[in-house]
Amino acid sequence: MEFKTFTIGGVHPADKKITAGVAIKPLAIPATVTIPCAQHIGAPAEIIVQKGDKVKVGQLIAKANGFVSANIHSSVSGTVKMIGPVADVSGYTKQAVTIQVEGDEWEETIDRSPEIKHNIDDFKPEDIINKVHDAGIVGMGGATFPTKVKLSVPLGKKAEAVIINAVECEPYLTADHRVMLERGEELMVGTQLIMRAVNCENAYIGIEQNKPDAIKYLTDLSAKYPGIKVVPLKLKYPQGSEKHLIEAVTGRQVPSGRLPIDVGAVVDNAGTAVAIYEAVMKNKPLFERVVTVTGDSVKNPGNFLVRIGTPISALIEAVGGLPEDTGKIISGGPMMGKAVTTTEIPVAKGTSGVLILPETLAHRGEVENCIRCGKCVDGCPMGLEPYLLAALAQRKNFEELENNHVTDCIECGCCVFSCPSNRPILDFVRFGKQSVMKIIRARKK
Amino acid sequence: MDNVIVVSVLILSGIAVLAAVILYVIAKKFKVEEDPRIDLVAECLPGANCGGCGYAGCRNFAEACVKDFAGKVCTAGGNDVMKKVADVLGVEAQAADAKIAVVRCQGSKDCRPKTNSYEGAKTCAIVAATYGGETGCAFGCIGLGDCENVCQFGAIKVNKETGLPEVNDEKCTGCGACVKACPKIVIELRKKAVKFRKVYVSCVNKDKGATAKKACSNACIGCGKCAKTCPFGAITVENNLAYIDFEKCKMCRKCVEQCPTGAIREENFPPRKPKEEAPKQLNTPSGADKVEVSKEPQKINLEKPSENKE
Repeated sequence: MEFKTFTIGGVHPADKKITAGVAIKPLAIPATVTIPCAQHIGAPAEIIVQKGDKVKVGQLIAKANGFVSANIHSSVSGTVKMIGPVADVSGYTKQAVTIQVEGDEWEETIDRSPEIKHNIDDFKPEDIINKVHDAGIVGMGGATFPTKVKLSVPLGKKAEAVIINAVECEPYLTADHRVMLERGEELMVGTQLIMRAVNCENAYIGIEQNKPDAIKYLTDLSAKYPGIKVVPLKLKYPQGSEKHLIEAVTGRQVPSGRLPIDVGAVVDNAGTAVAIYEAVMKNKPLFERVVTVTGDSVKNPGNFLVRIGTPISALIEAVGGLPEDTGKIISGGPMMGKAVTTTEIPVAKGTSGVLILPETLAHRGEVENCIRCGKCVDGCPMGLEPYLLAALAQRKNFEELENNHVTDCIECGCCVFSCPSNRPILDFVRFGKQSVMKIIRARKK
Repeated sequence: MDNVIVVSVLILSGIAVLAAVILYVIAKKFKVEEDPRIDLVAECLPGANCGGCGYAGCRNFAEACVKDFAGKVCTAGGNDVMKKVADVLGVEAQAADAKIAVVRCQGSKDCRPKTNSYEGAKTCAIVAATYGGETGCAFGCIGLGDCENVCQFGAIKVNKETGLPEVNDEKCTGCGACVKACPKIVIELRKKAVKFRKVYVSCVNKDKGATAKKACSNACIGCGKCAKTCPFGAITVENNLAYIDFEKCKMCRKCVEQCPTGAIREENFPPRKPKEEAPKQLNTPSGADKVEVSKEPQKINLEKPSENKE
């Protein structure tokens, strides 16, 4: 078997996929859920329910506010208890809808039968895109970019390859891996729907070599689905980054400041493809997702089907509570996830995992001087010079930062991972990137 | 051999004289005419290049002053410096209100417990861009000293014990560099009063009362008692946060007594002796008595500044 990969940079963190063999279990519905209005990149959705309203599972509670925005649906049935600011993963407060759960009554339009539908020819491309928009689907790998925008290919551009991102290069996380094994058929039909929506004949499913069972299963399945090919990939972080996956699969590099569609690629996550299948074929909006709850000293780590808005404390309880040696709780994976400040934060559309790190792994090493070894430059998958960007950001030299393409940084953390002096390179680069983005936006106005 | 030395000395001297002549001619011909007053004005200025005036440095400000003096204020130097500048330029100086930096956060380590610990780069700007901070309050001071680093006058220092910056009133010039550097907009420039007296809401937390109080025992909970008490209408409560307008405030300090959390601070006032005794005697719920007592310290305070002026 031939394994492909991208060319520049990359690192090899230990993959620690503890939960790879644990089947997805539905998590009990909590007593209350808190559903934030800003679960996607772009404008926060506009709340359309009021305090005291009765809602059903799958009912629209917040409407997309602009082109780059997404609908938000209730994940439970019950009464709206509160509408107000609630702390999210960043520790800042954002508008959210809190719902008191009463029973589990679904909208009648949702098809709950387990039968797998294959009638993709019944839907026109516009129908698929509209249904994806109505269902509030966003990129479920963690970037949470509204999928409708990705599927709307701009005039004059042509999609030449649909790529399903099933790389899951973050250590520990296995949500997509389990989805592939347990919902392979749905994934295939979902992929066909994406191909139909963007009018493209070829689709590739990129899977890293540490998931041989998924590669084998989907390769066998793909025989029944013309145009879909499984592409096995070498193990390298950050292969799950959109731009790097495109290069690994097609050999084309996305130029600086351009979008995947500029090289003819449309990339969607494996979980997103299944969500698209459910939205189109079963009328089911995105209100639940698979979350990996794991960690080195967690008692019963596993993969759970979780309603959006469930507090992560409920997830931690489901795996046997917080281990005694807990040092840090991360929403997402260890490389790009965010440490949380409270366990009350809700699961959002982009929460792929909850990682409980023991004290021994939770801390950064002591910061020492830069020894100019250049490991960060070797590691950077975007071909940037992280040490230089960090130094420029520290001096607030935003002009030079822009000249050195700081805005190309994907914040993957390879530089910090490879730094022998434990320098907080990414902290500075991220600050520099944010500041430069602000300057660029101000200039456009 | 001697000839070689003599010849080379002569040749080099010749070149030197020639160069001097060329330089002299060029200097005369291409001389930039500059107003001599710019140098004189620049000499009057503090020379810290703090940028508080809005110009790139003191010399740029001096040039601007010579061009058009009206409306220009050296924030760091204050009225004294502007008077000197006005004398140099032979115009009348307009008095401007002197400003002083005020740190609006009392979330010291004791009253604002840590909920997590931060290990990233040690600057406030990066913490603010990354997340809500080490405590339950996402609005207050981060305490890593970006303000201290930008202050050209050594007027603001982070107190290691409380974790909060403190302004040295004598040294602060009101240039506003710290205000710009603070990513949380905790620091504010307020009008400088007699003897550096200050009455201000020392909190910027916009959370609802219960959330704010849970995060910090000194937080403003937006109860509005101060706004009701203020006889001058100087206090407004917006987004669960009170703010005292320094233009309207007469420093009667009634609000300080009313504040249930101690979020309103008074600084550099003489200790209030009558008040300490008064509440002990006053256990009866009679409203009339209370009004009388609370008036007393106000009278004294209003008199004292005038005494000082004399």
